[in-house]
Amino acid sequence: MNIVVLVKQVPDTAQLSKTVDGLKLMEEGGPRIVNPWDEYAIEAALQLKEAHGGKVTAVSMGKPESAEALKTALAMGADQAILISDVAMKDGDSLTTARILAAAIKKIGDYDLVIGGRSAIDDNMAATAIQVAALLDVPQLSYVAELKGADPAAKTITVVRLRESGRETVSSKLPAVMTAVKELNEPRYPSFIGIRKAAKATIPTWGVADLGLEADQIGAAGAQAKWQDVSLPPVREAQVEMIEGEPEEAAKTLVDKLVAEKVI
Amino acid sequence: MSNNVFVWIQQAGGKADSIGWEALGVGRTVANDLGGQLAAIVLGENVAGLAQEAIQYGADTVFVADDATLTNFRLEAYAAVITKLAQEQEPAALIMGASNAGLELSAYVAAKLGTGLAADCTEVAVEGDSLTIVRPALIGNVFAKVTFGDARPQVVTVRRRVFPVPEMDAGRSGEITNVGAALAEDDIATKIEGFESAAGEVSLTDANIIVSGGRGVAGPEGFEPIMALAETLGGAMGASRAAVDAGWIPYAHQVGQTGKTVQPDLYVACGISGAIQHLAGMKTSKLIVAVNKDPEAPIFKYAHYGIVGDLFKYVPALTEEFKKRLG
Ligand SMILES: Cc1cc2nc3c(=O)[nH]c(=O)nc-3n(C[C@H](O)[C@H](O)[C@H](O)COP(=O)(O)OP(=O)(O)OC[C@H]3O[C@@H](n4cnc5c(N)ncnc54)[C@H](O)[C@@H]3O)c2cc1C
Ligand SMILES: Nc1ncnc2c1ncn2[C@@H]1O[C@H](COP(=O)(O)O)[C@@H](O)[C@H]1O
Repeated sequence: MNIVVLVKQVPDTAQLSKTVDGLKLMEEGGPRIVNPWDEYAIEAALQLKEAHGGKVTAVSMGKPESAEALKTALAMGADQAILISDVAMKDGDSLTTARILAAAIKKIGDYDLVIGGRSAIDDNMAATAIQVAALLDVPQLSYVAELKGADPAAKTITVVRLRESGRETVSSKLPAVMTAVKELNEPRYPSFIGIRKAAKATIPTWGVADLGLEADQIGAAGAQAKWQDVSLPPVREAQVEMIEGEPEEAAKTLVDKLVAEKVI
Repeated sequence: MSNNVFVWIQQAGGKADSIGWEALGVGRTVANDLGGQLAAIVLGENVAGLAQEAIQYGADTVFVADDATLTNFRLEAYAAVITKLAQEQEPAALIMGASNAGLELSAYVAAKLGTGLAADCTEVAVEGDSLTIVRPALIGNVFAKVTFGDARPQVVTVRRRVFPVPEMDAGRSGEITNVGAALAEDDIATKIEGFESAAGEVSLTDANIIVSGGRGVAGPEGFEPIMALAETLGGAMGASRAAVDAGWIPYAHQVGQTGKTVQPDLYVACGISGAIQHLAGMKTSKLIVAVNKDPEAPIFKYAHYGIVGDLFKYVPALTEEFKKRLG
């Protein structure tokens, strides 16, 4: 089973603190990590490969330092990695990114499954992998919480999808795209040998020319959703009101206030 | 191209999800500002009643596709109908609720149409003949203002429980148009094999009131007083990741960056310190109450009301008091 995993490098939100706010983190970047949901995608790909054979290719579009995220995928056990990086791809939107990823997947060719994360913690769109499916014109299985079984020969897969209203078991033809949620698995740590192998690996970089994309389809020129400005969330004016007293007394005071606020 | 606005009304078993009405309310404002008509899209099987309801909630017209292939939400089948409708009718905007289904449907349709997408918006405005939206990014730590290019429709999903459900007007009338399904069953590559309903379980995203417990509850039995308060208030029970990772409560209850994003009217955090990743999932709740024995806990910076003390004493006292008042 040949699988392509979509891996995005994102700012490490664990670095957020009193002194490092969201804007600073976006600007300075700081230490960057593999998008947490993409780790579940990598793990799922490795498990499917272990069960059915085949090859796992990790793909990332981003700045040159995104190669680090791909090295993590290689260290975990991916067979190969491809970085897609080109200044012409700057300031795109989810669809320009999806166009680039879909073109890369076509160039890789011969795939049974593409796996991405539920969403990226920087832009929180939960869209890119789904748009890749639309562009490749293959079925899309979102919010996958469990792999029930795959049959690469018959070209089918069965998964459990997480919906707000419950868990849905779906079967689909392959090739397909799916997105992973946290429940899917527990991502493995890279092995020592894996880390050594990844450190030595050379990761090919593809640009616009390699993918045959038109300039007006990608980057700022192709983006139909434009991020104008990014600001910090509005500071809440309300100061906390501390309720003092012994439990019964405090409970009475608080309940009075909540009734007055009409939330009960 | 028109100035009309299309809104998808999410439903299951013929019953609308309130997020669809919230989206319709946003659509009404946008259509008025653009000087266009508001059309609802209802997809499913035996959903004629919903079309009527959509008009009462503010739609001028409704497109209905009533077909056995559309009984349950399936991305390809639903997206094919909406894509075709959008190509024929050329609306200026397409709005949906940012539920799991709405997020995937909007993304898929926007890609098929080659148009701009803004997901999970908390503000939607019209400037000139185009939309300007605000949406949280970096798990709620920044807000991005997004505008659209020339492609139409501009596709937007709106965050649950941010926009009000419009008032229903039983006297309204409007035109209902039946459109067929766009794909035959044989052309749909996915089949639903089973469904395990979460009815009766936690529905954090819908809850008006959430009472959550963190590491401070100190064990699985520590969730009993949390549960008692949640039940008394008719609310749902949430948890911090620390409590979930400790195995005291299932992941379905987790609120935060890697759990659910919630926006109830009242969020009661008990024994939760207020880590940035937990705040990411709940800090836009309308009213936050924190019970924590550490007066320095960061949660107090986000709470409207705080109690410094032992949750095992204060939470049961709250439950008792609410029981008295709510009779
Ligand atoms: C990538 C990443 C993603 C994450 N995602 C999430 C997420 O989605 N959701 C989430 O919640 N966390 C998440 N976390 C974890 C987060 O950083 C915190 O570790 C976690 O929220 C802490 O949970 P807590 O507040 O219950 O525990 P603690 O921080 O240990 O706080 C426990 C609190 O309980 C109080 N307390 C103890 N006993 C009592 C008592 N008897 N009465 C009253 N108060 C008491 C203490 O004073 C303390 O303030 C994530 C972390 C990372 C790195
Ligand atoms: N630049 C990128 N490179 C590789 N994969 C990406 C990229 N952007 C998004 N993805 C994939 O799409 C998923 C959803 O991302 P998003 O739509 O940005 O929330 C991520 O979890 C990744 O799997």
